[in-house]
Amino acid sequence: MSVPDATEIPRMGFFTDTSVCIGCKACEVACKEWNGVPEDGLVWTGHSHDNSQGLSADTWRHVAFIEQRATVGHHQPNLQRTGASDGDTDQAFRWLMASDVCKHCTHAACLDVCPTGAIFRSEFGTVVVQADVCNGCGYCVPACPYGVIDKRPDDGRVFKCTLCYDRLQVGQEPACAKACPTDSIQFGVLDDLRERATLRVERLHADGVTEARLYGHDPSDGVGGDGAFFLLLDEPEVYGLPPAPVVTTADLPAMWRHSALAAAGLLLIGLLSAAGARR
Amino acid sequence: MSEPQGSHGVGQTGRQDQGQGDRSYYGRPVLNPPVWEEREIAGYLFTGGLAGASSILAAAADAGGAAGLVRPARLCASAAISVSFVALIKDLGRPERFLNMLRVFKPTSPMSVGTWILSAYAPLNFAASASTLTGRAPRAGAVAGAGAGLLGSAVATYTAVLVADTAVPTWHEAHRELPFLFAGSAASAAGGFGLLAAARAENGPARTMAVLGAVGELAAMRTLRQRLGPLAETLDTGPAGRRLRAAERLSVAGVIGAALLGRRSRVAAALAGGALMSASALTRFGIFAAGMASAEDPHWTVDLQRARIAAAATAAQPSPAPNPASPAPVRSA
Repeated sequence: MSVPDATEIPRMGFFTDTSVCIGCKACEVACKEWNGVPEDGLVWTGHSHDNSQGLSADTWRHVAFIEQRATVGHHQPNLQRTGASDGDTDQAFRWLMASDVCKHCTHAACLDVCPTGAIFRSEFGTVVVQADVCNGCGYCVPACPYGVIDKRPDDGRVFKCTLCYDRLQVGQEPACAKACPTDSIQFGVLDDLRERATLRVERLHADGVTEARLYGHDPSDGVGGDGAFFLLLDEPEVYGLPPAPVVTTADLPAMWRHSALAAAGLLLIGLLSAAGARR
Repeated sequence: MSEPQGSHGVGQTGRQDQGQGDRSYYGRPVLNPPVWEEREIAGYLFTGGLAGASSILAAAADAGGAAGLVRPARLCASAAISVSFVALIKDLGRPERFLNMLRVFKPTSPMSVGTWILSAYAPLNFAASASTLTGRAPRAGAVAGAGAGLLGSAVATYTAVLVADTAVPTWHEAHRELPFLFAGSAASAAGGFGLLAAARAENGPARTMAVLGAVGELAAMRTLRQRLGPLAETLDTGPAGRRLRAAERLSVAGVIGAALLGRRSRVAAALAGGALMSASALTRFGIFAAGMASAEDPHWTVDLQRARIAAAATAAQPSPAPNPASPAPVRSA
């Protein structure tokens, strides 16, 4: 068995550039096919072209669709006026599409709170659930600040993106990145991706797309930076992403301190109660 | 074509949009809400607290010489912790794997820490109960009972850390006050049980514990509301609001009943005890429901983080220029 030395492998990740996403959902399909992810509910939501709704135990890549009365940079849409209303806003229309995925946080709350050790950090710096260890306690589900990991009801265990751990181990890129026809999903060494993303934002700003911004790229943010980060064209919450998530365990020392004080208070009540017996 | 629809929660909670259009993805939660079953986990918050504080009550009664209270308190603790184990294991997606909890010890996981606390606490409790039931080894039973009392304080309070160590807005923002609320609630429940179970002559420790616990519970809830600010709305609305209002009324009634009539009337003591136990359970189920509601409404998650961004910006520069592109609802913490 040749297990690579973890120190020799750079941290791998995703850079999802939503400015070139065309909403084809090839990533969703490739992910399901490769990872054997079950059907996630065939419902018609009416939310633009989005029927998978969000990340869950059975949706590890999720393409969001947002229809807005706004332009992208200085492009001129070719929409015809349809009503009697006038004004330029009538023609302004843009479609935001973004493929969401597990962020593989530097400070991963799911990994921190997992009581069985089922969730671990791989040699690629990714966060992976061991299905043969997970006992379905569900603690990771509300711990995740992004709403990624979830429990599969008929199975009882939790599931999420593994960043195609099996493919990485044989030198392949993850299925979603492989299938993406526009390279909206880019896989690579995280440091390289961060450099590439910075250049891409500069380029978009120079082209007049001033609303372009990176999300999850900053190692000094509340989760220590994401292993899977994004280029967005609007505020994160518009895509269903939290604007400034903080790993919940950042406050854990304070929680234990308050808990210890409360426990001491409880013992004090016990002492006073013992004294109360003699009255 | 249309703008994304507004949050489904806005109408119910009476809050307004920020005037910048919708700031969520079709009103869907940012978080995946907890998958814990209410009956099992909110129920455990109650039975775990009852068990832990009952062990303390048993040890206090033992030390104080209220012999008639020791036996029911020990047995209550053992019964409550047994029910807790059943509930906790039943709530697992793979109950047959519950022993996987003992694979590791992880200080970063309150559930792991709690598992080890319970693993040490429960056998001590059962030993003390067995000694009480059989009348054998009373000294060893007393030592086990004292140990169970000490660990019981951890059993009754770690559950606050368990729920606070999540991204659920109401639970996480309550992380400073929640241990005190749970400690008070546990003492109130155990004292309440003692008032139900013990004769008037021997219910002194139970009365003291019940009154101090319930007063602590009421005070902690008041502090908690101040801490939560706008988020306190999740404590006031829906099932959480109904349960917490009922809990408060029962607590007040129970405290008055226990303090004024607990020594004089067996019936009044039992009624007060029942009220306090009910109040404690309602508090736990109320806190559980408030957390669920806060996780299901994306605006709580987003607003808290926007407020944090705004506070950081204010701290960085004294007079920041307002940025119309990113509305940042500033809410007093």
